[in-house]
Amino acid sequence: MASHHDAHHEHDHHEETFVSKYIFSQDHKMIAKQFLMTAVFMGLVAMMLSILFRIQLAWPGEKSEFLHFFLGEYWAPNGVLQEDMYLGLVTIHGTIMVFFLLTGGLSGTFSNLLIPLQLGARDMASGFLNMLSFWFFFASSLIMFLSLFIFNGSIFGIDLGADGNGPAMSGWTVYPPLSALPQLGGGAGLGMTMWLISMAIFIAGSLLGSLNYIVTVLNLRTAGMSMLRMPLTIWAFFVTAILGVLSFPVLLSAALLLIMDRLAGTSFYLSDIMVGSEMLTNHGGSPLLFQHLFWFLGHPEVYIVLLPALGLSSEIIATNSRKPIFGYKAMVGSILAIGFLSFIVWGHHMFITGMNPFLGSVFVFTTLLIAIPSAVKVFNYITTLWRGSIVFTPAMLFAIALVSTFITGGVTGIILADSALDIAIHDTYFVVAHFHIVMGMSAVFGMFAGVYHWFPKMYGRMMNTRMGYVHFWITLVGAYGVFFPMHFVGLAGAPRRYYNYSVYETFDTDSYAMIMDLNVIITTFAIIAAIGQAVFLFNFFYSIFRGPKAPQNPWKSNTLEWTTPVEHVHGNWPGELPTVHRWPYDYSKPGSEEDFIPQNVPLKDWEQEEAH
Amino acid sequence: MESKLIILGIIVLGAIAIAQLTRLYELARKNRKEEEHEIPNRDNYLNSKLMLVFNVFQFGGFLYLVYKYGWTGRGPSASLEGQSTDWLLNLNFIIIILVFFITNFLLFYFAYKYVRRPGVKAYYFSHSNKLELLWTSVPAVVLAVIIILGLKTWNEITAPAAKDAVKIELYAQRFNWTARYAGMDNTLGRSDYKLITASNELGLITSASIDSSINAMMQGPDGILDIKKKLNDNDLVLSDSVATSLQERLDRKERLIRLLQQMKATHNSKEDAAAWNDIIQKDTLYLCKDQAYEFSFRSKDVIHSAYFPHFRQQMNTVPGLSTRLKFTPIHTTKEMRKIKNLATFNYVLMCNKICGGAHYGMKMIVVVMDKNEYQKWMKNKMKQTFRNSFIPATAAAPIETPAKES
Repeated sequence: MASHHDAHHEHDHHEETFVSKYIFSQDHKMIAKQFLMTAVFMGLVAMMLSILFRIQLAWPGEKSEFLHFFLGEYWAPNGVLQEDMYLGLVTIHGTIMVFFLLTGGLSGTFSNLLIPLQLGARDMASGFLNMLSFWFFFASSLIMFLSLFIFNGSIFGIDLGADGNGPAMSGWTVYPPLSALPQLGGGAGLGMTMWLISMAIFIAGSLLGSLNYIVTVLNLRTAGMSMLRMPLTIWAFFVTAILGVLSFPVLLSAALLLIMDRLAGTSFYLSDIMVGSEMLTNHGGSPLLFQHLFWFLGHPEVYIVLLPALGLSSEIIATNSRKPIFGYKAMVGSILAIGFLSFIVWGHHMFITGMNPFLGSVFVFTTLLIAIPSAVKVFNYITTLWRGSIVFTPAMLFAIALVSTFITGGVTGIILADSALDIAIHDTYFVVAHFHIVMGMSAVFGMFAGVYHWFPKMYGRMMNTRMGYVHFWITLVGAYGVFFPMHFVGLAGAPRRYYNYSVYETFDTDSYAMIMDLNVIITTFAIIAAIGQAVFLFNFFYSIFRGPKAPQNPWKSNTLEWTTPVEHVHGNWPGELPTVHRWPYDYSKPGSEEDFIPQNVPLKDWEQEEAH
Repeated sequence: MESKLIILGIIVLGAIAIAQLTRLYELARKNRKEEEHEIPNRDNYLNSKLMLVFNVFQFGGFLYLVYKYGWTGRGPSASLEGQSTDWLLNLNFIIIILVFFITNFLLFYFAYKYVRRPGVKAYYFSHSNKLELLWTSVPAVVLAVIIILGLKTWNEITAPAAKDAVKIELYAQRFNWTARYAGMDNTLGRSDYKLITASNELGLITSASIDSSINAMMQGPDGILDIKKKLNDNDLVLSDSVATSLQERLDRKERLIRLLQQMKATHNSKEDAAAWNDIIQKDTLYLCKDQAYEFSFRSKDVIHSAYFPHFRQQMNTVPGLSTRLKFTPIHTTKEMRKIKNLATFNYVLMCNKICGGAHYGMKMIVVVMDKNEYQKWMKNKMKQTFRNSFIPATAAAPIETPAKES
């Protein structure tokens, strides 16, 4: 260790240029901030898209200056959203939220920031690969964003030599043949090509990042930091990275085969198809193959999104309850169990695709098993609060809200995992409500919690707590107001990805009235929640520059990142690396005067270490 | 433009105003010697109370929605199969709603109750094997029940249809549905997409339709001979791109015609009858009450999903793959109108897999009649068999005339 440290010490004397410090930085703390900024931007874009299509759903056919302002005359003639673009907005909203905000953004920001800091490492195993992983992420974000502006095969007047108007329009799951036939025009042309290229680059970046995280966790823990002394955040990031490494390559192959079908005339996913008047000769491919490959990533992806959020909230809830996290080992076990099970449940997305019903029943079994470790986690969180001494920082509020949405969205998963029940609500708004609450809201809340909690570590300043409260309460009420009524829209049988529900007028006017009622409520809450985010944005950017200076350990936390100086130094600790003597959850330990004992404090004579 | 500038100005000024207020707030805190990271007790208590208030909002909102909209907005099930899934759905709902109430209450109540109070230290409680065993095993047992009941129902619903089930094929294309009844013999004739022509929209296989397609592919306008003639015509000046695209079309058609000729060679003309007496029906699907049905599905272009919300059934239609489902309607449309107290109500078949811009309009009305009515309708319909509607393609009819797209 000593020589390692010396090497870094010399490194410190190098003058860093602006470019090497802020742009092509190899320092994990700067890379974390870069991920966060990109994700905040992409998240805003995706949120705006959702507001645009929510306006259409609540007030179909009504002229909206707002839509016209953002989409222009072509996509919103007379201020009414055009139906192809509706699907384009839905597709890109889903893609950005799932991949760019909650995979790249969440994991990229906090794995980068916390893995070295909480493990007592100078940096990631490979700073260079880490930098590459960000720039791949950035490039893919840019391509995805630009695809929104495709018009007549060009972007901002730059001809890209392909046909197509608008972004990909086949849903974020891009099922072929809809996504495999450029001759369908619209978003199936250049938009889809850019979607695939963007995702391929994204996956490459994500793999570089994940490999780095795994290697760092395994090799760069400081003296005394055994695996069972790692904070739950690190366990979550570690398992997340393993899931990513094992599942993202499968999506890459799915995407590559789709590119081949589009460009090289292969028939991986195509068989016996007529496009309008054109009889294709493709034969023998299967659209189901794509779905299997897609969901082999797609389901672990849910946990790639969720686990980091759960990890962050474990840390925040323990710290702010001033209590050890309840059942540390059970929490680690649950993370591992969820990680393992997530690989053998993908078929529950395919119960009604024509897959063999027996195979469906196997997936019912494995899927419902996931509810057990999930339940353990929930009860452990609740028990952690019990008899705590709770400090409601904005981060703590978001972490508690995460547990609530994890429950509320989780229980409806039990319905959807049950194939017999899934039949009648598959692809309805019930599903949309379910995954937005359990995966979307939980992960977003986890991310907000993380930002509020580790902002002092990232920027050396404090965010304004009062504004944090306002932001939290608007967001929580808004989120429930949007997604709770959505269950009822789904139970009325309303399919998702419908531009409007006018079809209901031809067969059930009562249901139509109900759907329209609920859609107005949902959109209203969505707009309120969106406006609430302005409070966050203001607070975030204002505090970066003008927030009060942060103390070294503002939340009186035990983990190692709070032993580093407030001003970032290359190599994280100016002197020796800290040595770890205990687990990270010694809060309010009987016999100790302070209600926290950082991990680098040696055990006292009277102390017994929490078994590990 | 001016109004936009004004709005922009207001936003900027607003942001500056908030920034100044924030500054003021910070100075005030500094005066009181409060630090931003130390949460004052009054804020802490306020948030703990709001936790309970939110819990009331959450439960109250839920109860209001259930009261106002019920928990299945589709009305009672209109099929036998749907009755068993509805029962199971209700049981599952009771379980999950209980869990939802109990755990959310505990979460928010504890958050409220155990707020930091002066002089009270948190209770150091790191684990308890007993408790953890409890909340591992109870969910496991409940889930076992859910799994067993669920799979039992699933197996019943997906089992092969009864022997006397009436067979109907539903054919999906962007953006409409076509039904095909199996006719007197209750056997659906085989089909192939390569045989699709204007008068054979579903591509049914009979000796005559194969011949007709080969004929049209070879000799029809834009057929193989036609394209070859164009390519070899020295008087015709073709640009490179036109020539390439013609050559591509020729290659494609030559592949297709080889396949058609193979089909002709292996086709057994005894199978013709099964296709000839099939009956094609558009716009509305008519079903008979208490009759078991087996539906099979095909798709012409992309994946669609045949969604019967009132019969609680759904199955994707996948190009290149035949899928199926079964159900038995138990209420006629008239009966359901009475039950739902809505005179204009109809059953429906909707598309529930994104298939393009007009996806949201892709539907077919379903009418369930009692036996008498149904037989009357069928008797009339029996005259419109495929044999009666099929017109062999002549040299004038191109092979690739699409079925009309709406």
